[in-house]
Amino acid sequence: MMNTAYNFAFFDEGSKREIRRATLKAIAIPGYQVPFASREMPIGRGWGTGGLQLTLALIGKKDVLKVIDQGSDESVNAVSIKKLVSDTTGVQLTESASEATIIQSRHRIPEVPLKKEQILVLQVPLPEPLRYFEPSEHETKKLHAEKEYSGAWLMLFEQIMKYGSMTTGADHPVMVHDRYVMAPSPIPRFDNHKMDENEALILLGAGREKKVYAVPPFTKIVSLDFEDYPFEGESFEGKCCRLCGSEGVFLDELIDEGTGETYYQCNDTGYCYEVLNKAEKAGVN
Amino acid sequence: MTEFEVPVLSIKHLNKQFGTGCAHCTNPEPDALIKNYCKVCGTVFACRDVSFDVYPGEVLGVVGESGSGKSTLMQCLYFDQEATSGEAYISSYQNGLKNLFQESSQQKRYIRNNLMGKVYQNPLLGLKIDFSSIGNIAEKLIAAGSRNVEMMEARGTDLLGKVNIPIHRSKEAPKNFSGGMQQRVQIAKALSNNPPILLLDEVTTGLDLSVQASVLDLIKSLQRELNISIVLVSHDLGVIRMLADRTMVMLDGQVIEQGLTDQILEDPQHAFTQQLVHSLL
Repeated sequence: MMNTAYNFAFFDEGSKREIRRATLKAIAIPGYQVPFASREMPIGRGWGTGGLQLTLALIGKKDVLKVIDQGSDESVNAVSIKKLVSDTTGVQLTESASEATIIQSRHRIPEVPLKKEQILVLQVPLPEPLRYFEPSEHETKKLHAEKEYSGAWLMLFEQIMKYGSMTTGADHPVMVHDRYVMAPSPIPRFDNHKMDENEALILLGAGREKKVYAVPPFTKIVSLDFEDYPFEGESFEGKCCRLCGSEGVFLDELIDEGTGETYYQCNDTGYCYEVLNKAEKAGVN
Repeated sequence: MTEFEVPVLSIKHLNKQFGTGCAHCTNPEPDALIKNYCKVCGTVFACRDVSFDVYPGEVLGVVGESGSGKSTLMQCLYFDQEATSGEAYISSYQNGLKNLFQESSQQKRYIRNNLMGKVYQNPLLGLKIDFSSIGNIAEKLIAAGSRNVEMMEARGTDLLGKVNIPIHRSKEAPKNFSGGMQQRVQIAKALSNNPPILLLDEVTTGLDLSVQASVLDLIKSLQRELNISIVLVSHDLGVIRMLADRTMVMLDGQVIEQGLTDQILEDPQHAFTQQLVHSLL
């Protein structure tokens, strides 16, 4: 049931309009970080306020919402965000990636390919891919304007010099449509290719850093790499999920504390349940 | 000889002022300024109508007291500062027909990354002090379009060897190095993409004498080997005598005298140059 003490979707209409306007600009300039007036939220900055503001500004009564936190539908952060949105809008919630119209996610892109009616909202802690290379915002804005991205490659070069390979565990920088270098939010390298030429609209919001940016449908996304050190996602070859048996998905490595045995499980819990349910219906188990 | 040599770098009527200027100081009267400072509006005229050419393989020395506009001149040439007016041409860029000062900032960056190298007096300005030495060299190569790690590593190692940085320290950050070593890393970085023009701003100031000698030796031998044209700023006449083929003397933002280095040092014409030469210890 919707809590009518608040305006629909928590924000007043003016705030929503401001966020939508920034979002439209972000879609018009793929990969460009659009500044916006990040609002005070009932959750702390750095806990998904950027994504939440985008979701609240976009959501309508007919939308179906899914919220994931590092692949899980049931973690505290995901549940709290879901509660807030459903309390103030009354929209339908789901755990199925294919049923949702808006998917707000922290650090994962679902295993089920996105469709063209869907919007994926990613929560971003650090939107600036050049930040470690150049601490000043004034300077990084100039670097983006002049398409001067040697810093992004230099950071990868340094990793190769130090460790022998590119060591970005997540948030591996990508080139958007041959123009802007973008931080894809801390999704694992495994998910980077899912952004390329993808059918859905992907929006990225950083509440603490007050930036919104976007990857519109069918945008070319290339992960940065070198000729002799090509980009590679995490490999789970020869491993499968202990519960549903899926292969070729992003797996969590877990250790059974009793036996000391290592096992693997789908990181995307919604996907794992779907596979399990389907199997049960078919009467396999 | 049928044709005159074409200059690699040609600067015409370069002006750089800090401040807007006023009716008092734009007046051509000789006493309108105190040195290069306008006492009415506070404008500083750092470079006034500076013109010169640098030829292939030539070393041009720039001397003058502190505040005479040497470093500002260098900063304008490397686009660290925007020149107020004037023209600059590089023979290898658009056949030397485009005024560099009027190019877009993207093009200026291209010129900096591909056609020039600069060594600053302060290594902090020219280096990423927290990145590895080899990474610093790679930065310039990446900026010039290289995307091959093996090639960049080989080039970096080669250059660091040339400037006498031990190979086992090539992956260390310059912040762990002594001032002289930092300066040598900077030189290696500036040379990394074989720039036709190298700008050296007081490279040896603040280094101890033995390191000074080895840095100068290095510059001289690299310049001979690679036939680079150099603009060399220094207030140390010893450095100028050793390296520069031709020298120009600056005072209060203006070039007051120029000619062959020997001539300038042996037979100075302008009173300031005479004072400068005679105050050599």
